[in-house]
Amino acid sequence: MNGALIIIFAFLLLSLYLGVQARKGKDMNLEQWTVGGRGFGTIFVFLLMAGEIYTTFTFLGGSGWAYGKGGPTFYIIAYGCLAYVLSYWMLPKVWKYAKEHQLMSQSDFFASKYNSPLLGVLVSLVGVVALIPYLVLQLKGLGIIVSEASYGTISSAAAIWIGVLSVTVYVMISGIHGSAWTAVVKDIMILVVAVFLGLYLPFHYYGGIEPMFTAIEEAKPGFLALPDKGMSVSWFISTVLLTALGFYMWPHTFGSIYSAKSANVFRKNAMILPIYQLVLLFVFFVGFAAILQIPHLEGSDADLALLRLSIQTFDPWVVGLIGAAGLLTAMVPGSMILMTASTLLAKNVYKVFSPSATDEQVAKLAKYLVPVIALISLYFTFRGGNTIVALLLMGYSLVTQLFPSLVLSLMKNNFVTKQGAFAGIIAGVVTVAYITLSGSSIGTLFPSLPQAVQDLNVGIIALIVNIVVTVVVSWIPTRSVSVDTEKSTM
Amino acid sequence: MKGIRWLMVLPFLGILGGIPFANKVTPYVLGMPFILFWIVAWVILTSVIMAVVYRFDPEVREEERT
Repeated sequence: MNGALIIIFAFLLLSLYLGVQARKGKDMNLEQWTVGGRGFGTIFVFLLMAGEIYTTFTFLGGSGWAYGKGGPTFYIIAYGCLAYVLSYWMLPKVWKYAKEHQLMSQSDFFASKYNSPLLGVLVSLVGVVALIPYLVLQLKGLGIIVSEASYGTISSAAAIWIGVLSVTVYVMISGIHGSAWTAVVKDIMILVVAVFLGLYLPFHYYGGIEPMFTAIEEAKPGFLALPDKGMSVSWFISTVLLTALGFYMWPHTFGSIYSAKSANVFRKNAMILPIYQLVLLFVFFVGFAAILQIPHLEGSDADLALLRLSIQTFDPWVVGLIGAAGLLTAMVPGSMILMTASTLLAKNVYKVFSPSATDEQVAKLAKYLVPVIALISLYFTFRGGNTIVALLLMGYSLVTQLFPSLVLSLMKNNFVTKQGAFAGIIAGVVTVAYITLSGSSIGTLFPSLPQAVQDLNVGIIALIVNIVVTVVVSWIPTRSVSVDTEKSTM
Repeated sequence: MKGIRWLMVLPFLGILGGIPFANKVTPYVLGMPFILFWIVAWVILTSVIMAVVYRFDPEVREEERT
Protein backbone atom coordinates (compact mmCIF):
# COMPACT_ATOMS: atom_id res chain seq x y z
CA MET A 1 0.00 0.00 0.00
CA ASN A 2 1.48 3.37 -0.96
CA GLY A 3 1.25 6.65 0.92
CA ALA A 4 -1.45 8.08 -1.30
CA LEU A 5 -3.74 5.16 -0.66
CA ILE A 6 -3.36 5.38 3.12
CA ILE A 7 -4.34 9.04 3.08
CA ILE A 8 -7.37 8.46 0.85
CA PHE A 9 -8.58 5.66 3.14
CA ALA A 10 -8.01 7.73 6.26
CA PHE A 11 -10.26 10.45 4.88
CA LEU A 12 -12.85 7.92 3.79
CA LEU A 13 -13.01 6.53 7.34
CA LEU A 14 -13.08 10.00 8.87
CA SER A 15 -16.04 11.05 6.75
CA LEU A 16 -17.82 7.77 7.39
CA TYR A 17 -17.32 8.27 11.13
CA LEU A 18 -18.53 11.90 11.00
CA GLY A 19 -21.46 10.92 8.83
CA VAL A 20 -22.61 8.21 11.21
CA GLN A 21 -22.05 10.10 14.48
CA ALA A 22 -24.09 13.02 13.11
CA ARG A 23 -27.19 11.07 14.06
CA LYS A 24 -26.44 11.25 17.77
CA GLY A 25 -29.31 12.38 19.99
CA LYS A 26 -31.80 12.81 17.16
CA ASP A 27 -35.06 11.06 16.64
CA MET A 28 -34.82 10.29 12.92
CA ASN A 29 -38.28 11.02 11.58
CA LEU A 30 -38.58 12.22 7.98
CA GLU A 31 -38.31 15.90 8.91
CA GLN A 32 -35.11 15.31 10.87
CA TRP A 33 -33.71 12.96 8.21
CA THR A 34 -34.34 14.98 5.09
CA VAL A 35 -34.39 18.65 6.20
CA GLY A 36 -32.43 18.48 9.46
CA GLY A 37 -35.43 19.45 11.57
CA ARG A 38 -35.16 22.96 9.99
CA GLY A 39 -32.46 23.80 12.50
CA PHE A 40 -29.28 24.46 10.48
CA GLY A 41 -27.46 27.76 10.97
CA THR A 42 -25.49 29.81 8.48
CA ILE A 43 -22.46 27.52 8.36
CA PHE A 44 -24.17 24.22 7.65
CA VAL A 45 -26.50 25.74 5.06
CA PHE A 46 -23.51 27.51 3.55
CA LEU A 47 -21.61 24.25 3.24
CA LEU A 48 -24.58 22.39 1.78
CA MET A 49 -25.14 25.11 -0.78
CA ALA A 50 -21.45 25.39 -1.56
CA GLY A 51 -21.52 21.63 -2.07
CA GLU A 52 -23.43 22.27 -5.24
CA ILE A 53 -20.49 24.21 -6.75
CA TYR A 54 -17.63 22.00 -5.66
CA THR A 55 -18.57 18.66 -7.11
CA THR A 56 -16.27 16.25 -8.94
CA PHE A 57 -17.55 17.92 -12.07
CA THR A 58 -15.97 21.22 -11.12
CA PHE A 59 -12.85 19.58 -9.72
CA LEU A 60 -12.15 17.53 -12.86
CA GLY A 61 -14.37 19.35 -15.34
CA GLY A 62 -13.36 22.89 -14.28
CA SER A 63 -9.68 22.16 -14.81
CA GLY A 64 -10.54 20.04 -17.88
CA TRP A 65 -12.46 22.89 -19.50
CA ALA A 66 -9.67 25.36 -18.76
CA TYR A 67 -7.27 22.91 -20.39
CA GLY A 68 -9.39 22.05 -23.41
CA LYS A 69 -11.66 25.07 -23.99
CA GLY A 70 -9.93 28.09 -22.41
CA GLY A 71 -11.96 31.32 -22.09
CA PRO A 72 -15.47 29.79 -22.11
CA THR A 73 -14.58 28.14 -18.76
CA PHE A 74 -15.07 31.47 -17.02
CA TYR A 75 -18.83 31.12 -17.35
CA ILE A 76 -18.69 28.80 -14.32
CA ILE A 77 -17.83 31.58 -11.84
CA ALA A 78 -20.19 34.02 -13.56
CA TYR A 79 -23.36 31.93 -13.28
CA GLY A 80 -22.79 30.99 -9.65
CA CYS A 81 -22.39 34.64 -8.76
CA LEU A 82 -25.68 35.64 -10.39
CA ALA A 83 -27.47 32.66 -8.89
CA TYR A 84 -26.50 33.90 -5.41
CA VAL A 85 -27.93 37.33 -6.18
CA LEU A 86 -31.21 35.68 -7.15
CA SER A 87 -31.05 33.60 -3.99
CA TYR A 88 -31.21 36.70 -1.78
CA TRP A 89 -34.64 37.44 -3.14
CA MET A 90 -35.97 33.96 -3.82
CA LEU A 91 -34.77 31.68 -1.02
CA PRO A 92 -36.27 33.50 1.99
CA LYS A 93 -39.70 33.39 0.30
CA VAL A 94 -39.37 29.68 -0.45
CA TRP A 95 -38.14 28.96 3.07
CA LYS A 96 -40.96 30.85 4.79
CA TYR A 97 -43.64 29.15 2.77
CA ALA A 98 -42.05 25.73 3.34
CA LYS A 99 -41.86 26.30 7.06
CA GLU A 100 -45.46 27.43 7.36
CA HIS A 101 -46.65 24.37 5.46
CA GLN A 102 -44.17 21.86 6.90
CA LEU A 103 -42.81 20.93 3.47
CA MET A 104 -40.07 18.32 3.04
CA SER A 105 -39.23 18.34 -0.65
CA GLN A 106 -39.22 20.43 -3.78
CA SER A 107 -42.24 18.53 -5.09
CA ASP A 108 -44.14 19.37 -1.89
CA PHE A 109 -43.67 23.00 -2.79
CA PHE A 110 -45.32 22.64 -6.19
CA ALA A 111 -48.01 20.31 -4.86
CA SER A 112 -48.88 22.76 -2.10
CA LYS A 113 -48.65 26.04 -4.06
CA TYR A 114 -50.76 24.71 -6.92
CA ASN A 115 -52.87 22.52 -4.69
CA SER A 116 -52.19 19.47 -6.88
CA PRO A 117 -50.47 16.30 -5.67
CA LEU A 118 -50.25 15.15 -9.29
CA LEU A 119 -48.12 18.17 -10.14
CA GLY A 120 -45.91 17.00 -7.28
CA VAL A 121 -45.62 13.61 -8.94
CA LEU A 122 -44.61 15.20 -12.25
CA VAL A 123 -42.01 17.42 -10.59
CA SER A 124 -40.62 14.40 -8.71
CA LEU A 125 -40.26 12.37 -11.88
CA VAL A 126 -38.51 15.23 -13.70
CA GLY A 127 -36.27 15.61 -10.64
CA VAL A 128 -35.33 11.94 -10.38
CA VAL A 129 -34.65 11.67 -14.12
CA ALA A 130 -32.27 14.63 -13.83
CA LEU A 131 -30.68 13.49 -10.54
CA ILE A 132 -29.65 9.95 -11.46
CA PRO A 133 -27.31 10.93 -14.32
CA TYR A 134 -25.91 13.63 -12.06
CA LEU A 135 -25.13 11.00 -9.45
CA VAL A 136 -23.63 8.72 -12.10
CA LEU A 137 -21.33 11.54 -13.15
CA GLN A 138 -20.17 11.98 -9.55
CA LEU A 139 -19.48 8.26 -9.30
CA LYS A 140 -17.56 8.15 -12.56
CA GLY A 141 -15.51 11.10 -11.35
CA LEU A 142 -14.90 9.39 -8.01
CA GLY A 143 -13.63 6.29 -9.82
CA ILE A 144 -11.25 8.30 -11.99
CA ILE A 145 -9.87 10.33 -9.09
CA VAL A 146 -9.24 7.44 -6.73
CA SER A 147 -7.77 5.10 -9.33
CA GLU A 148 -5.45 7.82 -10.67
CA ALA A 149 -4.46 9.07 -7.22
CA SER A 150 -3.76 5.53 -6.00
CA TYR A 151 -1.42 5.09 -8.99
CA GLY A 152 -3.75 2.41 -10.36
CA THR A 153 -3.55 0.11 -7.31
CA ILE A 154 -7.31 0.49 -6.79
CA SER A 155 -9.43 -0.01 -9.86
CA SER A 156 -12.00 2.61 -10.67
CA ALA A 157 -14.80 0.05 -10.19
CA ALA A 158 -13.58 -0.92 -6.72
CA ALA A 159 -13.30 2.74 -5.72
CA ILE A 160 -16.85 3.41 -6.88
CA TRP A 161 -18.22 0.45 -4.89
CA ILE A 162 -16.42 1.53 -1.73
CA GLY A 163 -17.58 5.14 -2.14
CA VAL A 164 -21.19 4.17 -2.75
CA LEU A 165 -21.30 1.78 0.19
CA SER A 166 -19.98 4.42 2.59
CA VAL A 167 -22.41 7.05 1.37
CA THR A 168 -25.35 4.65 1.50
CA VAL A 169 -24.54 3.71 5.08
CA TYR A 170 -24.34 7.22 6.47
CA VAL A 171 -27.28 8.52 4.45
CA MET A 172 -29.51 5.74 5.75
CA ILE A 173 -28.40 6.37 9.32
CA SER A 174 -28.02 10.15 9.54
CA GLY A 175 -29.71 11.65 6.47
CA ILE A 176 -28.87 15.29 5.85
CA HIS A 177 -26.98 15.55 9.15
CA GLY A 178 -24.42 13.14 7.68
CA SER A 179 -24.08 15.23 4.53
CA ALA A 180 -23.58 18.42 6.53
CA TRP A 181 -20.86 16.92 8.72
CA THR A 182 -18.92 15.40 5.83
CA ALA A 183 -19.29 18.71 3.99
CA VAL A 184 -17.22 20.35 6.72
CA VAL A 185 -14.23 18.11 6.02
CA LYS A 186 -14.77 18.34 2.28
CA ASP A 187 -14.75 22.13 2.12
CA ILE A 188 -11.65 22.49 4.26
CA MET A 189 -9.87 19.93 2.08
CA ILE A 190 -10.90 21.43 -1.23
CA LEU A 191 -10.00 24.92 -0.09
CA VAL A 192 -6.50 23.89 0.92
CA VAL A 193 -5.89 21.63 -2.07
CA ALA A 194 -7.26 24.00 -4.73
CA VAL A 195 -5.49 27.12 -3.49
CA PHE A 196 -2.23 25.26 -3.05
CA LEU A 197 -2.28 23.63 -6.50
CA GLY A 198 -3.56 26.75 -8.23
CA LEU A 199 -0.68 28.83 -6.91
CA TYR A 200 2.12 26.28 -6.74
CA LEU A 201 1.81 24.88 -10.27
CA PRO A 202 1.84 28.20 -12.20
CA PHE A 203 4.79 29.45 -10.11
CA HIS A 204 6.66 26.16 -10.34
CA TYR A 205 6.34 25.78 -14.13
CA TYR A 206 6.11 29.38 -15.35
CA GLY A 207 7.33 31.62 -12.54
CA GLY A 208 3.92 33.20 -11.89
CA ILE A 209 0.31 33.61 -12.98
CA GLU A 210 0.88 36.30 -15.59
CA PRO A 211 3.89 34.57 -17.19
CA MET A 212 1.72 31.45 -17.48
CA PHE A 213 -1.07 33.31 -19.26
CA THR A 214 1.42 35.13 -21.51
CA ALA A 215 2.97 31.80 -22.50
CA ILE A 216 -0.46 30.35 -23.34
CA GLU A 217 -1.42 33.44 -25.32
CA GLU A 218 1.78 33.13 -27.31
CA ALA A 219 1.23 29.44 -28.06
CA LYS A 220 -2.53 29.71 -28.70
CA PRO A 221 -3.55 33.31 -29.48
CA GLY A 222 -7.10 34.15 -28.41
CA PHE A 223 -7.57 30.86 -26.51
CA LEU A 224 -8.10 32.72 -23.23
CA ALA A 225 -11.02 34.82 -24.53
CA LEU A 226 -14.37 33.79 -26.01
CA PRO A 227 -14.18 32.75 -29.69
CA ASP A 228 -16.13 34.54 -32.47
CA LYS A 229 -18.17 31.44 -33.26
CA GLY A 230 -19.59 28.62 -31.14
CA MET A 231 -18.90 29.43 -27.50
CA SER A 232 -19.07 33.10 -28.34
CA VAL A 233 -20.28 36.13 -26.40
CA SER A 234 -23.93 35.31 -27.07
CA TRP A 235 -23.36 31.70 -25.97
CA PHE A 236 -21.80 33.03 -22.77
CA ILE A 237 -24.63 35.42 -21.93
CA SER A 238 -27.43 32.93 -22.65
CA THR A 239 -25.69 30.07 -20.85
CA VAL A 240 -24.87 32.11 -17.75
CA LEU A 241 -28.45 33.32 -17.55
CA LEU A 242 -29.98 29.85 -18.02
CA THR A 243 -27.71 28.13 -15.54
CA ALA A 244 -28.20 30.90 -12.99
CA LEU A 245 -31.97 30.38 -13.22
CA GLY A 246 -31.64 26.60 -13.02
CA PHE A 247 -29.14 26.67 -10.14
CA TYR A 248 -31.60 26.28 -7.27
CA MET A 249 -34.00 24.10 -9.25
CA TRP A 250 -32.02 20.94 -8.56
CA PRO A 251 -34.18 18.99 -6.12
CA HIS A 252 -31.32 18.40 -3.67
CA THR A 253 -30.28 22.06 -3.64
CA PHE A 254 -33.89 23.18 -3.31
CA GLY A 255 -34.41 20.71 -0.47
CA SER A 256 -31.41 22.04 1.43
CA ILE A 257 -33.17 25.43 1.59
CA TYR A 258 -35.63 23.91 4.07
CA SER A 259 -32.88 22.90 6.48
CA ALA A 260 -32.16 26.52 7.46
CA LYS A 261 -33.39 27.82 10.79
CA SER A 262 -34.11 31.37 9.62
CA ALA A 263 -34.49 33.35 6.39
CA ASN A 264 -31.53 35.59 7.21
CA VAL A 265 -29.25 32.57 6.79
CA PHE A 266 -29.72 32.90 3.02
CA ARG A 267 -29.21 36.65 3.01
CA LYS A 268 -25.91 36.25 4.83
CA ASN A 269 -24.88 33.46 2.48
CA ALA A 270 -25.63 35.64 -0.54
CA MET A 271 -22.88 38.00 0.65
CA ILE A 272 -20.23 35.37 1.22
CA LEU A 273 -20.84 32.77 -1.47
CA PRO A 274 -19.86 34.91 -4.50
CA ILE A 275 -16.37 35.49 -3.09
CA TYR A 276 -16.10 31.97 -1.75
CA GLN A 277 -16.62 30.43 -5.16
CA LEU A 278 -13.53 32.24 -6.41
CA VAL A 279 -11.73 29.15 -5.12
CA LEU A 280 -12.70 27.77 -8.51
CA LEU A 281 -10.28 30.25 -10.03
CA PHE A 282 -7.43 28.18 -8.63
CA VAL A 283 -8.89 25.02 -10.12
CA PHE A 284 -8.86 26.80 -13.50
CA PHE A 285 -5.23 27.83 -12.98
CA VAL A 286 -4.31 24.17 -12.61
CA GLY A 287 -5.97 23.36 -15.93
CA PHE A 288 -4.21 26.26 -17.62
CA ALA A 289 -0.86 25.26 -16.15
CA ALA A 290 -1.31 21.80 -17.69
CA ILE A 291 -1.79 23.09 -21.26
CA LEU A 292 1.90 23.49 -22.06
CA GLN A 293 3.16 20.84 -19.62
CA ILE A 294 1.13 17.80 -20.71
CA PRO A 295 -0.12 18.83 -24.14
CA HIS A 296 -1.39 15.49 -25.43
CA LEU A 297 -4.73 15.00 -23.59
CA GLU A 298 -7.49 14.77 -26.20
CA GLY A 299 -11.29 14.84 -25.86
CA SER A 300 -12.64 13.65 -22.52
CA ASP A 301 -9.09 12.91 -21.35
CA ALA A 302 -8.85 16.68 -20.78
CA ASP A 303 -10.60 15.99 -17.47
CA LEU A 304 -7.46 14.21 -16.30
CA ALA A 305 -5.38 17.39 -16.62
CA LEU A 306 -5.37 18.17 -12.88
CA LEU A 307 -4.53 14.65 -11.73
CA ARG A 308 -1.90 13.93 -14.38
CA LEU A 309 -0.06 17.19 -13.77
CA SER A 310 -0.15 16.61 -10.00
CA ILE A 311 1.21 13.09 -10.34
CA GLN A 312 3.98 14.39 -12.54
CA THR A 313 4.85 17.11 -10.01
CA PHE A 314 4.32 15.84 -6.45
CA ASP A 315 5.16 13.09 -3.97
CA PRO A 316 2.54 10.39 -3.38
CA TRP A 317 1.29 11.89 -0.10
CA VAL A 318 0.30 15.14 -1.82
CA VAL A 319 -1.41 13.14 -4.54
CA GLY A 320 -3.19 11.25 -1.76
CA LEU A 321 -4.55 14.50 -0.31
CA ILE A 322 -5.78 15.52 -3.76
CA GLY A 323 -7.40 12.12 -4.17
CA ALA A 324 -9.09 12.43 -0.77
CA ALA A 325 -10.43 15.88 -1.64
CA GLY A 326 -11.73 14.48 -4.92
CA LEU A 327 -13.37 11.56 -3.16
CA LEU A 328 -15.20 13.94 -0.81
CA THR A 329 -16.37 16.18 -3.66
CA ALA A 330 -18.19 13.13 -4.98
CA MET A 331 -19.51 11.85 -1.66
CA VAL A 332 -21.20 14.99 -0.34
CA PRO A 333 -23.34 15.80 -3.39
CA GLY A 334 -23.82 12.06 -3.88
CA SER A 335 -25.33 11.72 -0.42
CA MET A 336 -27.64 14.71 -0.95
CA ILE A 337 -28.82 13.26 -4.26
CA LEU A 338 -29.50 9.80 -2.81
CA MET A 339 -31.48 11.25 0.07
CA THR A 340 -33.45 13.65 -2.11
CA ALA A 341 -34.35 11.11 -4.78
CA SER A 342 -35.56 8.66 -2.10
CA THR A 343 -37.63 11.33 -0.36
CA LEU A 344 -39.23 12.35 -3.66
CA LEU A 345 -40.17 8.79 -4.57
CA ALA A 346 -41.44 7.89 -1.11
CA LYS A 347 -43.28 11.06 -0.18
CA ASN A 348 -44.32 12.61 -3.48
CA VAL A 349 -44.96 9.53 -5.61
CA TYR A 350 -45.74 6.53 -3.36
CA LYS A 351 -47.71 8.48 -0.76
CA VAL A 352 -49.87 10.14 -3.43
CA PHE A 353 -50.99 6.77 -4.77
CA SER A 354 -51.45 5.13 -1.38
CA PRO A 355 -52.71 7.96 0.82
CA SER A 356 -53.37 5.60 3.73
CA ALA A 357 -49.60 5.17 4.34
CA THR A 358 -48.53 6.62 7.69
CA ASP A 359 -45.70 9.13 8.04
CA GLU A 360 -43.66 6.44 9.69
CA GLN A 361 -44.09 4.07 6.76
CA VAL A 362 -43.11 6.83 4.31
CA ALA A 363 -39.98 7.65 6.32
CA LYS A 364 -39.03 3.99 6.42
CA LEU A 365 -39.60 3.55 2.70
CA ALA A 366 -37.46 6.63 1.96
CA LYS A 367 -34.56 5.08 3.89
CA TYR A 368 -34.90 1.71 2.18
CA LEU A 369 -35.01 3.37 -1.23
CA VAL A 370 -31.49 4.74 -0.67
CA PRO A 371 -29.68 1.46 -1.48
CA VAL A 372 -32.10 0.81 -4.35
CA ILE A 373 -31.28 4.12 -6.02
CA ALA A 374 -27.60 3.57 -5.26
CA LEU A 375 -27.74 0.23 -7.10
CA ILE A 376 -29.56 1.72 -10.09
CA SER A 377 -26.91 4.43 -10.32
CA LEU A 378 -24.16 1.83 -10.09
CA TYR A 379 -25.76 -0.05 -12.95
CA PHE A 380 -25.75 3.08 -15.13
CA THR A 381 -22.23 3.95 -14.05
CA PHE A 382 -20.87 0.63 -15.29
CA ARG A 383 -23.22 0.00 -18.23
CA GLY A 384 -24.68 3.39 -19.13
CA GLY A 385 -22.61 4.16 -22.20
CA ASN A 386 -23.82 7.04 -24.32
CA THR A 387 -27.39 7.23 -23.07
CA ILE A 388 -26.16 8.53 -19.76
CA VAL A 389 -24.20 11.31 -21.43
CA ALA A 390 -27.34 12.41 -23.25
CA LEU A 391 -29.33 12.31 -20.01
CA LEU A 392 -26.67 14.30 -18.27
CA LEU A 393 -26.65 17.05 -20.87
CA MET A 394 -30.40 17.19 -20.39
CA GLY A 395 -30.31 17.28 -16.58
CA TYR A 396 -29.63 20.97 -16.13
CA SER A 397 -32.08 21.97 -18.85
CA LEU A 398 -34.71 19.66 -17.37
CA VAL A 399 -34.65 21.16 -13.90
CA THR A 400 -34.58 24.68 -15.37
CA GLN A 401 -38.06 23.95 -16.75
CA LEU A 402 -39.35 24.13 -13.16
CA PHE A 403 -38.24 27.75 -12.84
CA PRO A 404 -41.16 29.66 -14.47
CA SER A 405 -43.98 28.06 -12.50
CA LEU A 406 -41.91 28.24 -9.31
CA VAL A 407 -41.02 31.92 -9.58
CA LEU A 408 -44.52 32.91 -10.62
CA SER A 409 -45.91 31.06 -7.61
CA LEU A 410 -43.86 33.38 -5.38
CA MET A 411 -45.59 36.47 -6.78
CA LYS A 412 -48.48 38.03 -4.89
CA ASN A 413 -50.91 37.55 -7.77
CA ASN A 414 -50.01 34.30 -9.46
CA PHE A 415 -52.05 33.86 -12.61
CA VAL A 416 -50.67 30.38 -13.34
CA THR A 417 -53.14 27.55 -12.77
CA LYS A 418 -52.18 23.99 -11.95
CA GLN A 419 -53.09 22.99 -15.50
CA GLY A 420 -50.85 25.76 -16.80
CA ALA A 421 -47.92 24.69 -14.63
CA PHE A 422 -48.41 21.05 -15.62
CA ALA A 423 -48.62 21.75 -19.35
CA GLY A 424 -45.73 24.24 -19.29
CA ILE A 425 -43.36 21.85 -17.51
CA ILE A 426 -44.27 18.98 -19.85
CA ALA A 427 -43.88 21.15 -22.96
CA GLY A 428 -40.48 22.37 -21.72
CA VAL A 429 -39.28 18.88 -20.83
CA VAL A 430 -40.37 17.42 -24.18
CA THR A 431 -38.61 20.24 -26.03
CA VAL A 432 -35.42 19.64 -24.03
CA ALA A 433 -35.58 15.91 -24.77
CA TYR A 434 -36.15 16.46 -28.48
CA ILE A 435 -33.36 19.02 -28.78
CA THR A 436 -30.84 16.94 -26.83
CA LEU A 437 -31.59 13.58 -28.43
CA SER A 438 -31.61 14.98 -31.95
CA GLY A 439 -28.41 16.93 -31.25
CA SER A 440 -29.95 20.19 -32.45
CA SER A 441 -28.66 23.66 -31.86
CA ILE A 442 -30.30 26.94 -32.84
CA GLY A 443 -27.90 26.87 -35.79
CA THR A 444 -29.23 23.56 -37.10
CA LEU A 445 -32.85 24.47 -36.40
CA PHE A 446 -32.69 27.92 -37.97
CA PRO A 447 -29.57 28.06 -40.16
CA SER A 448 -30.45 31.40 -41.73
CA LEU A 449 -30.27 33.40 -38.50
CA PRO A 450 -27.23 35.58 -37.73
CA GLN A 451 -24.27 33.88 -36.02
CA ALA A 452 -24.88 35.58 -32.66
CA VAL A 453 -28.40 34.12 -32.52
CA GLN A 454 -27.22 30.69 -33.69
CA ASP A 455 -24.77 30.53 -30.80
CA LEU A 456 -27.46 31.11 -28.16
CA ASN A 457 -27.86 28.26 -25.71
CA VAL A 458 -30.54 26.00 -27.12
CA GLY A 459 -32.13 25.71 -23.65
CA ILE A 460 -33.57 29.19 -24.25
CA ILE A 461 -35.97 27.67 -26.79
CA ALA A 462 -37.31 25.12 -24.31
CA LEU A 463 -37.78 27.83 -21.71
CA ILE A 464 -39.68 30.06 -24.15
CA VAL A 465 -41.93 27.14 -25.22
CA ASN A 466 -42.50 26.39 -21.54
CA ILE A 467 -43.47 29.98 -20.66
CA VAL A 468 -45.77 30.39 -23.66
CA VAL A 469 -47.61 27.13 -22.92
CA THR A 470 -47.85 27.98 -19.21
CA VAL A 471 -49.38 31.37 -19.91
CA VAL A 472 -51.77 30.19 -22.64
CA VAL A 473 -53.05 27.15 -20.73
CA SER A 474 -53.43 29.15 -17.51
CA TRP A 475 -55.54 31.61 -19.39
CA ILE A 476 -58.11 29.21 -20.84
CA PRO A 477 -59.45 27.23 -17.87
CA THR A 478 -59.45 30.06 -15.31
CA ARG A 479 -62.25 31.73 -17.27
CA SER A 480 -64.55 28.73 -17.14
CA VAL A 481 -63.60 28.12 -13.52
CA SER A 482 -64.39 31.71 -12.56
CA VAL A 483 -67.76 31.35 -14.29
CA ASP A 484 -68.34 28.22 -12.22
CA THR A 485 -67.57 29.95 -8.97
CA GLU A 486 -69.85 32.82 -9.91
CA LYS A 487 -72.67 30.37 -10.46
CA SER A 488 -72.04 28.57 -7.24
CA THR A 489 -72.00 31.76 -5.20
CA MET A 490 -75.31 32.88 -6.66
CA MET B 1 -35.38 51.55 2.02
CA LYS B 2 -36.65 48.43 0.28
CA GLY B 3 -35.53 50.16 -2.93
CA ILE B 4 -31.96 49.28 -1.94
CA ARG B 5 -32.67 45.89 -3.46
CA TRP B 6 -32.54 47.43 -6.92
CA LEU B 7 -28.76 47.41 -6.48
CA MET B 8 -28.98 43.68 -7.18
CA VAL B 9 -29.54 44.47 -10.86
CA LEU B 10 -25.95 45.73 -11.14
CA PRO B 11 -24.18 42.33 -11.18
CA PHE B 12 -26.41 41.23 -14.05
CA LEU B 13 -25.59 44.39 -16.00
CA GLY B 14 -21.89 44.15 -15.24
CA ILE B 15 -21.45 40.48 -16.08
CA LEU B 16 -23.97 39.89 -18.86
CA GLY B 17 -24.00 43.38 -20.35
CA GLY B 18 -20.27 44.02 -19.90
CA ILE B 19 -18.90 40.84 -21.41
CA PRO B 20 -19.11 41.92 -25.09
CA PHE B 21 -16.75 44.78 -24.23
CA ALA B 22 -14.52 42.81 -21.89
CA ASN B 23 -13.93 39.85 -24.19
CA LYS B 24 -10.20 40.24 -24.76
CA VAL B 25 -6.98 38.72 -23.46
CA THR B 26 -4.94 41.91 -23.03
CA PRO B 27 -4.23 44.00 -21.04
CA TYR B 28 -3.43 41.62 -18.23
CA VAL B 29 -4.70 42.90 -14.89
CA LEU B 30 -3.38 41.39 -11.65
CA GLY B 31 -1.84 38.66 -13.80
CA MET B 32 -5.15 37.65 -15.33
CA PRO B 33 -6.39 37.99 -18.92
CA PHE B 34 -8.72 41.00 -19.13
CA ILE B 35 -11.93 38.94 -19.52
CA LEU B 36 -11.12 36.89 -16.44
CA PHE B 37 -10.22 39.99 -14.46
CA TRP B 38 -13.52 41.57 -15.47
CA ILE B 39 -15.54 38.60 -14.22
CA VAL B 40 -13.52 38.25 -11.00
CA ALA B 41 -13.88 41.97 -10.31
CA TRP B 42 -17.65 41.68 -10.69
CA VAL B 43 -17.80 38.66 -8.45
CA ILE B 44 -16.06 40.61 -5.69
CA LEU B 45 -18.24 43.67 -6.35
CA THR B 46 -21.28 41.42 -6.08
CA SER B 47 -20.28 40.39 -2.59
CA VAL B 48 -19.84 44.07 -1.69
CA ILE B 49 -23.22 44.98 -3.22
CA MET B 50 -24.93 42.16 -1.35
CA ALA B 51 -23.34 43.34 1.89
CA VAL B 52 -24.71 46.84 1.31
CA VAL B 53 -28.16 45.47 0.52
CA TYR B 54 -28.05 43.30 3.63
CA ARG B 55 -27.05 46.26 5.78
CA PHE B 56 -29.97 48.45 4.68
CA ASP B 57 -32.67 45.88 3.97
CA PRO B 58 -35.53 46.48 6.46
CA GLU B 59 -36.67 42.87 6.20
CA VAL B 60 -33.39 41.69 7.69
CA ARG B 61 -33.95 43.65 10.88
CA GLU B 62 -37.61 42.74 11.01
CA GLU B 63 -36.60 39.13 11.07
CA GLU B 64 -33.89 39.61 13.69
CA ARG B 65 -36.50 41.00 16.08
CA THR B 66 -38.71 37.94 15.81
